[in-house]
Parts: sequence; C-alpha cells; structure tokens
Amino acid sequence: MRTAETLRKEGFDGNIHLVGDEPHLPYDRPPLSKQILSGDWDLERVALTDPAKDDELSLEWHLGDKATQLSVEEKIVSLDSGTDLSFDGLVIATGARCISLRMAGDLEGIYTLRGLDDALAIRSELEATPQKVVVVGAGFIGAEVAATARQRGLEVTMIEAAEVPFERVLGPEMGTVTADVHRDHGVEVITGVAVESFKGNRRVEKVILEDGTEIEADLVIVGIGVKPNTEWLEGSGLTLDNGVLCDDSCEAAPAIVAAGDVARWPNRLFNENMRVEHWDNAVEQGVFVARRLLAGKSNTESYSPTPWFWTDQFDRKIQLAGRTRSTDEIRIVTGSIEERRFATAYGREGKLVGILGFNRPRHVMQYKQMIADGTSWEDAIAHAEQQAS
Amino acid sequence: MGYRVEVDFDLCESNAICMQIAPEVFEVRDDDFLYILAEEPGGDLRAQVEESVQRCPKQAISIAEG
Repeated sequence: MRTAETLRKEGFDGNIHLVGDEPHLPYDRPPLSKQILSGDWDLERVALTDPAKDDELSLEWHLGDKATQLSVEEKIVSLDSGTDLSFDGLVIATGARCISLRMAGDLEGIYTLRGLDDALAIRSELEATPQKVVVVGAGFIGAEVAATARQRGLEVTMIEAAEVPFERVLGPEMGTVTADVHRDHGVEVITGVAVESFKGNRRVEKVILEDGTEIEADLVIVGIGVKPNTEWLEGSGLTLDNGVLCDDSCEAAPAIVAAGDVARWPNRLFNENMRVEHWDNAVEQGVFVARRLLAGKSNTESYSPTPWFWTDQFDRKIQLAGRTRSTDEIRIVTGSIEERRFATAYGREGKLVGILGFNRPRHVMQYKQMIADGTSWEDAIAHAEQQAS
Repeated sequence: MGYRVEVDFDLCESNAICMQIAPEVFEVRDDDFLYILAEEPGGDLRAQVEESVQRCPKQAISIAEG
C-alpha cells in the first residue's frame, strides 16, 4: 500500500496491481494486539485505504487470491485463481506468518496472532471471559497480548523457553526489567522451560511443560515468532535465505524489489544482512523500493535505516532503536530502572548500536539519530555524561 | 500555497518519530508531550512534514491546506 501510494506520488501513471491472500483491504497491524484486542477500537480505524483514496490511486485489487509462482525471465506472477499478471516492475511484500506449535493439533482455543481475523477471533474469546489465559512465548507480540488480557482483568500466565524473556534482543538485565513490568501487574511469568504438549477434550484445558508442570488454560495464544512467506518463490531463481535476499538497494533481480518482513538486505550502517519485522521499516522500505523501481539502474543509493519499533506493555511505552544483541555493552543514560522510566544505550565494537527506552521517547530519538550518524560508543557515553551533569 | 500542521492529541502517543524527521516543527519534551514548534512551517519543510505524517505510528498528524 505504501509503495503504491509512493509510486503515484512520484508520478507513475501505469497500472498498479495489488495481490493479497487475505480478503481484506490493507489495514494497519500494530493496533491488532493492542486497541483491537482490548475492544477500544472499531475495525474502521485500522483501514489503510477508503473508496475515495482508492479511486484517487486507481489501483487494481486481487484480494483473497495469492501469488503462487514467479517467472523472473518472463516477468510474470501467477495467481492461485489462474490469473497471470505480467509486469515491468515487481514489489515482493508477502510478509511473514506465525510459526505454530505442531503439538497444538486440532484443539480449539489455541491461537496465533498475525492478521485481522486472528485478532477478532481472540477478541471474541477474551470477551467470553475465559478463566485462565496462557501466552506461549514472551516476545513482544506475546507480551502485548498478555498485557491486554491482564488489563481485561483475566488471569494470565506467560511461558518463555529462554531463561530471561527478550534476552536475545535486550540482554539479560533489560529483559528482566521487561518481565518484571509484567510481574508487577500480576502476570505470572514462567521462564526457562518449553511447552511439551497441550491437553484437552476438543478444547484446550491444560498446557504441559517439559518439566512436567501442568497449567490450567482455556485460552492459549502462541507467539513464538514468524517466518517469511517465500515458498511461492521457490524455483523462481531468486535467492531465498530466511527471506528474499536483495542487494543493498533492496533489489532481488532486475526490476524486482522486496520490502517489509520478507526482505533481507545488507544494511551498510550495521554491516549486517538484516530482515526487519517492524511497522516502521515496512513503511520506510515500502517508500524506498517504490523510488528504487522508478529510478531503474540509475539509482545506486543504499537502504541503510536504523530499525526502530515500539511496544505498549501496560502503561509503559517501550521503544528500541538500532540493532542490539544480548552480548552488547549497556549503559543507562537517563532515569532509573526503579522508576521504570529510563533509557539504555547499547554499544558493540566501539560503536553506539542501540537505544532502549521505557517511557523515554525523546531520548530514544536523540540516540537513534546518533546511531544513524555512526557515533562511537565513547562519544555516546560522553554525551550522556554531559547531559547528566 | 500555505498549509497548517495539525496533530490529533487524542491519538498522539509521543513516539517522537516526527521529532527526528522534522525537528524544526515537532518536539517531544521531557514531560513526554509533543509540542508543535511551527504550525505553519512553510514550503521548505513540506517534505519533512509529509514524511512525518506517513511515518507517525499513530497516524496522528495531518496537513490542512490553505
């Protein structure tokens, strides 16, 4: 959608076809695990387009249909319905889907959350006031669902296989703080143990952990990550490696670009092949690839953003910018963990590589800019000390 | 042509993305609230304001022409 808007804005007047496997027109995903799930928002508020905008952009929709094959040579995308679309330029933005737990089997009451239909199904389950909600996987989506369910007054348990939730991204210390926010609000957080199986007669009744613990559950939401939707591209000749591999300008092949959760590209700012699953990147990369397509071979600009995302957990707005790892050096640059309002800088190999904020949007943005500018770790710390004095 | 920057403060959650894109127009202060520094920032800043509109995670910013 963002790409289509940009193509029109930049003066492209040819045909634009949008293909999507969901029956819905494009919508905004972040509210799904927050305001939609909590019941605060109506569906209309997540729509990314309306009839007037649609007319203006003059788009041709193929909804509820999906791309099944790509011929790079002939420049044709084949759809499930049998339609073949030929193209001069192609944007691959097929996103990612939830990894599900195979042992969930056919039991009712076990969900993943990715799309609008998932959110609505979980919302109606929450409205039926289940006795006990279990969230499997303390990633950011799982944690948001846990927070939303808890704020509805439900009893919630969150289970995480790693010793510390969010450890891989935030490191042990900051991961613990995030888990503690949940504990403070009455979520039971169980870590360091994986789910073994689910028990129930038609509907889920219990979650069995690997250490034998049995947890009562009448609603389970699984949030253990996503994988990129690239199966339809197998055999197309494009390189698939946990996403569609692109060059540093997001081009996967001549006149074929990729954007959003499905794209993997070398981000020169971090010297890393990355695939980013955040809203902000989907918007920025969507705009970038539209310009990339229109510029053709003349555009050699590389796409080197500083990834950023936010998550709302209870009354905390948590923001993370950059590319952090659990082994990075960390330094609290403002505030304190005790008051749950602080910003933590992450450093690696002498460079500032990340900033985590708990209700500190101003600092996150300052440091995000410093990351984009390639600021050294030493200068970042000096900046923090100067501000504090 | 002139234009006016409008923010729906019921939607705004002070993510401060706009502040990074257009620091002359938007500022999130230490009280965590967003302040509009220039309601009619003029043509030079138009592209930055438009990018802020697009990148606002809450879609809280709009441009009123006139």
